[in-house]
Amino acid sequence: MATFKKKFLSASLPVISGVLILGIWYLVSYIYGRNEGFDVQRIIIPFPHQILDALFNERATLWIATKQTAYAALVGFVAAVVVGYALSMLLASAVWVKKALYPWVLVLQMTPVVVLAPIFVLWIGQGLPSITAITFMIGFFPIVANTTMGLVSTDRNLLDLFEMTNATKSQEILYLRVPYAMPYFLTGMKIAGTLAPIGAITGDLFAGSSQGGAGGIGFMVILYNSQLKIPELFATAFVACLLGFVFVGCVNWLHWYLLKNWHDSVRKTEIS
Amino acid sequence: MPASALSVPRVILTNASKRFGSTTVLDNINFAAQKGEFISLVGPSGCGKSTMLKMIAGLHPVSEGEVIVDGMLPKDAREEMAFIFQEANLLPWRRVQQNAELPLKLRGVLKEKRIETARKMLELVDLSHALGLFPWQLSGGMRMRVSIARALTLAPKVLLLDEPFGALDEMTRDNLNEDLLRIHERDGWTAFFVTHSAAEAVFLSNRVVVLSANPGRIAKIIEIDLPKKRDAPLRESPEYLKYVAEVSHAIRTVH
Repeated sequence: MATFKKKFLSASLPVISGVLILGIWYLVSYIYGRNEGFDVQRIIIPFPHQILDALFNERATLWIATKQTAYAALVGFVAAVVVGYALSMLLASAVWVKKALYPWVLVLQMTPVVVLAPIFVLWIGQGLPSITAITFMIGFFPIVANTTMGLVSTDRNLLDLFEMTNATKSQEILYLRVPYAMPYFLTGMKIAGTLAPIGAITGDLFAGSSQGGAGGIGFMVILYNSQLKIPELFATAFVACLLGFVFVGCVNWLHWYLLKNWHDSVRKTEIS
Repeated sequence: MPASALSVPRVILTNASKRFGSTTVLDNINFAAQKGEFISLVGPSGCGKSTMLKMIAGLHPVSEGEVIVDGMLPKDAREEMAFIFQEANLLPWRRVQQNAELPLKLRGVLKEKRIETARKMLELVDLSHALGLFPWQLSGGMRMRVSIARALTLAPKVLLLDEPFGALDEMTRDNLNEDLLRIHERDGWTAFFVTHSAAEAVFLSNRVVVLSANPGRIAKIIEIDLPKKRDAPLRESPEYLKYVAEVSHAIRTVH
């Protein structure tokens, strides 16, 4: 029963802190908005219930915006994973390839995506293609950096083992290098997964358009901001946060699922 | 040993040298091992024992001289050889059974055949109960057993062991030594066994090669004239202890 008590306590801690934060929020909101009156919408810091209200009223618009952003994030993320993995394979295939290409991958990475964003819009135009391209750019590098690292750092002894059995190059890649690099790749994927919704929203800020009823989350941020709909802005932030959680949750699950049987980062304690 | 076996050595090193850059690791090694011999390589650290093993395996090509395994160059004789590494060197994402199957899989052996062979070899090292476990679920000794079984699936003529039991506790090591001899008697492969332990070398081998360091040369070859059938009680016999003392002394005094 002691463990149950412990579990209950540790589960209730975030709830307690959440209630506290909510209380402080109300207090600050009340102090800051004293002159605005209780029923008037608060500009600087709206009451939490006003945010919930805004969320409810704008639910249809926000739902469409979220779907748009989620779609762009997913497509950009998948593209980053696929292209990133392919490039990693290429980089790891020979030392001279890595020497020739890796510096340029770095140069691309060091250029902030927010600077590149307007250029993308110039090239591919407003809307989804540009947003996806921006998401791709943001998620691409962590995948490449981590996967390449995994592919080239394969244990020397394991490589010797494969050589002793006269394994072909493709067998070595399939049965040794790829699984060996899996934890590295998944770490890159976790980072890319965290960045994907951020990338899609950033892309939206530059390339979002309201074609088809609503833009993505970033577009709504600009819109609500220009209309001084501050509770709606907070509601949008809330939705963006949820989307991030869903994304990271999925990638973390994949990480756990693929490594649960063997890798130190996820498996339970040792038996022997 | 019959004359016919003596006439065709299984492994021959002729004036074999190995240099890494300007350092000579092995200098002018001449040695021949007959079929079924159990040879231990001992010597101070840095004497090139492991390098000699990897030279026979063809993992480190010779800088000068020649290595011949079963009448072929090492790289062409890979099918005749199996290598057991310092660490068990298992693939952590494969279960015991799949780890044991790996070399056969890489050689394109049919699934049923390789499952059967792997299972048989795992039974030989007393791991029938652990087929479905992952390497992290095994003790160090069990992991090494899987490694041995994996090597045996290839039915090698030459088995190369690079200090395989160095990281294990003494009791586990003794048990594995006895198992290894039992399997050796059954299969009759030629073994090259690198170790730091004089006792282990004497217990296993019919010849112990003592190498000197900087550069590595064969300093002494000690024939171990003990009964072919060896078991735990042998470890207490005076003859055995005398050989252990001789080998220890040789390792200590070579330069």
